[in-house]
Amino acid sequence: MEKEKDPIQKPTTSLKRRTLLKALAGIPVLGVFSFEVIKKWSFEQKKKNRVIELLGLENLKAPIAVKSLSSKLGDPLRIGMIGFGSRGRQLSNGLGFMHPAEVEKRKKDNSLDGWLEQENLNVAMVGICDVFDLHAQNGLATAQNDIRPGGGTGLKLPVKRYRTYQDMLADSDIDAVMIATPDHHHAPITVEAVKAGKHVYCEKSVALSEDELNTVYNAVKNSNAVFQLGHQGPQNVIFRQAKEIIKKDILGKITLIETTTNRNTADGAWIRHLDANGNPKPGDEKSIDWLQWLGSRPYVPFSIDRYYSWTKWFDYDLGMISQLFSHDFDAVNQLLRIGIPKFAVSSGGIYYWKDNREIPDVLHCVFEYPDRDMTLIYSADLACSRDRGQVFMGHDASMELGESLSITVDYDSTRYKKKIEDGIIDTSGPMISIQPGSGKVDAVTSATEKYYVSRGLTTTSINGRQIDLTHLHIKEWIDCIRNGGIPSANIERAFEEGVACLMAHKSYLEHRRVEWDPVNRKIV
Amino acid sequence: MKQNINLIPLQKFVLIALRVLIGWHLLYEGISKLLISDWSSAGFLSESKWILKGFSGWIVSNAGVLNVVDFMNIWGLMAIGVGLIIGLFTRTVAISGTIMLLLYYLNNPPLIGLEYTLPSEGSYLIVSKTLIEAAALFALAVFPAGSFAGLDSIRRRFRFRNHKKEA
Repeated sequence: MEKEKDPIQKPTTSLKRRTLLKALAGIPVLGVFSFEVIKKWSFEQKKKNRVIELLGLENLKAPIAVKSLSSKLGDPLRIGMIGFGSRGRQLSNGLGFMHPAEVEKRKKDNSLDGWLEQENLNVAMVGICDVFDLHAQNGLATAQNDIRPGGGTGLKLPVKRYRTYQDMLADSDIDAVMIATPDHHHAPITVEAVKAGKHVYCEKSVALSEDELNTVYNAVKNSNAVFQLGHQGPQNVIFRQAKEIIKKDILGKITLIETTTNRNTADGAWIRHLDANGNPKPGDEKSIDWLQWLGSRPYVPFSIDRYYSWTKWFDYDLGMISQLFSHDFDAVNQLLRIGIPKFAVSSGGIYYWKDNREIPDVLHCVFEYPDRDMTLIYSADLACSRDRGQVFMGHDASMELGESLSITVDYDSTRYKKKIEDGIIDTSGPMISIQPGSGKVDAVTSATEKYYVSRGLTTTSINGRQIDLTHLHIKEWIDCIRNGGIPSANIERAFEEGVACLMAHKSYLEHRRVEWDPVNRKIV
Repeated sequence: MKQNINLIPLQKFVLIALRVLIGWHLLYEGISKLLISDWSSAGFLSESKWILKGFSGWIVSNAGVLNVVDFMNIWGLMAIGVGLIIGLFTRTVAISGTIMLLLYYLNNPPLIGLEYTLPSEGSYLIVSKTLIEAAALFALAVFPAGSFAGLDSIRRRFRFRNHKKEA
């Protein structure tokens, strides 16, 4: 030991074996380390695979390719936009058109490239109809901007402003229309559009009364038009995975589904007529065709509040039921095909936003499906942002669905009893959790936008790219127009959803439980 | 720094043990990040609260810079870990590791009034395990920790021999 105490001071021509062995002492540590890493990794893989195999979800994470059907060569589909407010703008982005000002904004926040990679749908936005001059001009500027996905190809077709939607529908140069007006116009425009032979993409909700709903249903059924209702949520990859999980019956018997809304901002409560400084937004009787805006609704003097914050009044929509629950209903209906409920009961009130509104800001709706042994609940609060999500409650497991998906096995599950006892399944936390695009940072700014993101209603991650769900939903509609087929949010689904929403609304207004009469197709 | 200090075997053993243990920890930190597909430092950096808040925010907002930081983090941790375990370039890797750990510490130090959404294991007041690990690594850098049971001992011997040949 003493001899080799300091090798530095005694250089020799060859290394002594013992010195060499000492110098290499770290190598076996690395060997042990590698062995332990592999052991740990394979243990975790095995554990994960065991759960996945147990549930039959081996193929769940396979990437889903987007079919390219729309960018076929040929004449572009000529589209007219009816209503060009904020939703109209988003629809035009999904179609592949963007206002020059937004292009500049997106260049600054680095989100333009993602949009430019969107599939070119081979469409032309040739008509704009809006009762507000400013919105119509925005629409024209958007349609004429040649910065587009797939590279601008020059505008081959002229873009025209129509003063009324009737003028647009009468024009044979329009093949299809997208309706993004306040809700009270959806039904009459849809009916006239399909009668005029136009395909229709209509924002939710489809109708505000039973008569309207029946008229829309019959008109679409008696036409060759392709009809799509604006529920983009089911285009989410997560949603397709949820469908697979439902199909494989992993949750066991589902007896309760809870859907919720929690928002806590003025914008989220549809106070939208003021800008960030508290001043009224632009628009007056000179620039807005008020009588046309009112349509068939009772006359009231022009009000900038009504123009922007129309959701607050029952004349123009059904409040949270049509604006928010309709998305949730569609999601549940697409997953489970629940159809029209047998009974519905609603209750709520105006407890926080005590302004001039008619719609409740706290609301509960309960829908009974005795034939399916199941209840669907909608619970909403516009004055608290606590996140509750959407939960499908089964005897063996529950599934939470939103921008991500997680499944937690039930402690008292019958089917998984043995696995729980054997410690293969842990019920204290989610057994499966799917986070698309995890680790990616996305800029989401407004509180209302965050609500839609948390509900999985904005973008989806396909092959590592964030894709606008509205674009995918529009693409499905256009693919069906070009190649035949029935879109997912078709008139049958729209009718079922329309009835469910109208039942909840009627129950709220009449303070009683309402029932669906399937023979006479009437709410009683 | 003088290399030929006389240490008793127990002192050498303690230095070697500390070197290998920290190496093991940092190497696995690097490998575990490598094994998580899509791992990113973005979550950690966007939590940054103190003097590095602005700098970390800049990293997160630049996808290219973030990728470089992620890459350097994973492979840097692994290189430092291996270097410490086998005792190769011990002083260099110990100093690099100290800087890296100090950067982690400075991004979210447990100071009074700074609160984080990511939970921490343990309870800290100003001093955290990260800071202690940084200090321990710096101790390894100032002692000839790679000269005992490390490749640095024969590396230096080769260098010494070459010098003699040149003379």
